[in-house]
Amino acid sequence: MLEIRNLAFSAENEADKVDIIRNIDLNIPDGRFVVITGPNGGGKSTLAKLIAGIVKPTEGNIFLDGKDITDLTITERANAGIGFAFQQPVRFKGLTVLDLLRIAKGKNLSVSDACQFLSEVGLCAKDYIHREVNASLSGGELKRIEIATVLARDVRLAVFDEPEAGIDLWSFQNLIRIFENMRKSMENRTIIVISHQERILNIADEIIVLADGAVTKQGPRDEVLPAIAEAHFATDICQKLA
Amino acid sequence: MSKLDAVQLQLLREVADLHEIPEGAYNLRSNGESAGRRSTEHIEIVSKSEGSGIDIHIKAGTKNESVHIPVVLSESGLKETVYNDFYIGEDCDVLIVAGCGIDNCGKQDSQHDGIHRFFVGRNSHIRYVEKHYGSGNGEGKRILNPVTEIYMDENSSAELEMVQIKGVDSTKRTTTAQLKENAKLIVRERLMTHGVQTSESIYRVELNGDGSSADVVSRSVARDNSYQKLDACIVGNAACSGHTECDSIIMDNGRILAVPSLEANSVDAALVHEAAIGKIAGDQLIKLMTLGLTEAEAEEQIIGGFLK
Repeated sequence: MLEIRNLAFSAENEADKVDIIRNIDLNIPDGRFVVITGPNGGGKSTLAKLIAGIVKPTEGNIFLDGKDITDLTITERANAGIGFAFQQPVRFKGLTVLDLLRIAKGKNLSVSDACQFLSEVGLCAKDYIHREVNASLSGGELKRIEIATVLARDVRLAVFDEPEAGIDLWSFQNLIRIFENMRKSMENRTIIVISHQERILNIADEIIVLADGAVTKQGPRDEVLPAIAEAHFATDICQKLA
Repeated sequence: MSKLDAVQLQLLREVADLHEIPEGAYNLRSNGESAGRRSTEHIEIVSKSEGSGIDIHIKAGTKNESVHIPVVLSESGLKETVYNDFYIGEDCDVLIVAGCGIDNCGKQDSQHDGIHRFFVGRNSHIRYVEKHYGSGNGEGKRILNPVTEIYMDENSSAELEMVQIKGVDSTKRTTTAQLKENAKLIVRERLMTHGVQTSESIYRVELNGDGSSADVVSRSVARDNSYQKLDACIVGNAACSGHTECDSIIMDNGRILAVPSLEANSVDAALVHEAAIGKIAGDQLIKLMTLGLTEAEAEEQIIGGFLK
């Protein structure tokens, strides 16, 4: 169970203080597939980073299985079973895909086992396993490798920040199949996905709508989805900017 | 090899990956003296008449053979300059492994300056691996000032792997190359300095023949209070192509001066240079920490990969 209590995050600049996350309360039971959606700039990615420990809250607490993890470092949260897939994966000069998967697994990973993770994300393993995770890889390839690192960790709470972005040459169906396999392989595994995509919303157990740093809707997919089906978050933001 | 003590054997492992007598030709120099030598049917190693080094003659047509010429110094205060000349005949394909390890536990400086000249015959390919390593906790410095000169005939190619990762207090590395028609030179340098070490690495590659090419890439890490200067110049005197790149990570109070430069003396010379210096990106550390590494472990992985 992931519990979020009165969680707030604000960023300060010279002029003023901007509230990014405004005193959120959430309960996410084990084994759920939860999609967090909402307009751009609503605080979704920040909330994901708060859960992974990449960003520290200005107020509030986060509990995993009843244990307060608010003050745990990124490393300690990773070792507590939290996995995080970046929206914009990081490049490394010199580290290969195999190096990264071995770090993710945390122990000696055979080449054939590493290849399995790559195959799962639709990459031809022999073409990629010894490639450097550098600028020679396309955004879509990096994104799939990023997902593979989370698969290799086999975590009990996986957070994916917009996993569908940039996977244009790879079908959504494959991404959805990955999530389904993750659920099958560990019954109590919780998966949190930040996404705008209807096809990902369609497979959620629960949907949370985050707007302007606050939860505006939360509930089972069948209740929340019809209410937001007509909303076009990105368009709203574009209109506001215009 | 039997003459070597444990420290010398450790140095040998670091610089030449040698655990026992290598196959093929070799010359081992230890504390200023020859500690073993073997010539083969195709590779002859002879002492220079004045005793200042060795000549290595590789017969035309020699393929898939290797020469190891490691040097180890474990006596404090020893300073030497050694001249080694490699004469590589036509149509060869050989591996040459050099390198120097210094262990200095004393108060006096230890210094080895290896001057290596390579005359690469037509259509020949060499791979040259040079590793430098220092150890020991004495006050005396460990100093290495290698000079590498390469003269490349038509259609020859050379791959140079120059590595200095640990323990050398002061180094000035000078590498020059002259390439004739269609000769090809690839250099991969990896350097790491720490403590108060200083390192200067200078390349001057002259592309004299049409169709010649050079790719000189240096990756380096400067930690603690160390200083590095990387000065890589490619000179295009013909219809040639050249690329030089200095890519560096600085940490702590490390300092780096990168000076990649190009000199085009022919309108058909196509030359490119790049240089980048920066600290380890924060998001790289964060990514590896989300995979369960501590910040220090993440840093080591990033540097290890960068210098691999």
